[in-house]
Amino acid sequence: MIDIITALSFAILSIALVITFVRLVRGPSLPDRVVALELMASLTVGFIGVHAVSSERFSFLDVAMVLALTAFLAAVGFARYLEKGGLRSDD
Amino acid sequence: MIDVLVALSMLIGALFMLLAAIGLLRMPDLPMRMHATTKAGALGSGLIMIAVALHFSSSEVTARVIAIIGFIMLTAPVAAHVIGRAGYFVGVPLWHKILQDDLKGKYDATTHTLRSPDIDSQDIEQPPRDH
Repeated sequence: MIDIITALSFAILSIALVITFVRLVRGPSLPDRVVALELMASLTVGFIGVHAVSSERFSFLDVAMVLALTAFLAAVGFARYLEKGGLRSDD
Repeated sequence: MIDVLVALSMLIGALFMLLAAIGLLRMPDLPMRMHATTKAGALGSGLIMIAVALHFSSSEVTARVIAIIGFIMLTAPVAAHVIGRAGYFVGVPLWHKILQDDLKGKYDATTHTLRSPDIDSQDIEQPPRDH
């Protein structure tokens, strides 16, 4: 049963990742892309959780923890870079 | 019994993340997109992590899961706030059907200072409070 559940979760998360990638490509502005990247990192944390269950190895959770940390730092860095850049229009 | 809980938690978490992605694609402007991704994304990854903790049901896994969930819950609002603030400053256009922008005219985007002109001049009547 747990195999079916993990496979289904992988499928759902993959669809979500594709949809997020569409928004990442389409933009239209740079903050939209940053939000899409943030959601991608969050989705990857979910992927790692499902993979830890399906492979019965809980060491992957350390990767998820580091990834969540890095995504937060990346978001703050992006926002700082955007804000210091001043007014802009990148349509 | 635990398997059912794991399955439910994992599937609901994955569906919430799908919901966050759909919201990111379909919502019309940046604050609404962040409204969709921040809350649903954090809840989805949190539910998947709870499923992991229930599946392994050992103390070391549970400690890591609590650390991950606590970290997600702490950082997601901060990251959303910072990105939303930056998005407002760089002039990302709001949706054309937005009726009210409370910061408009009160926030100096170049010096990043908030000023409220109503306080300095006493003769200006207060805006109506009821909505």
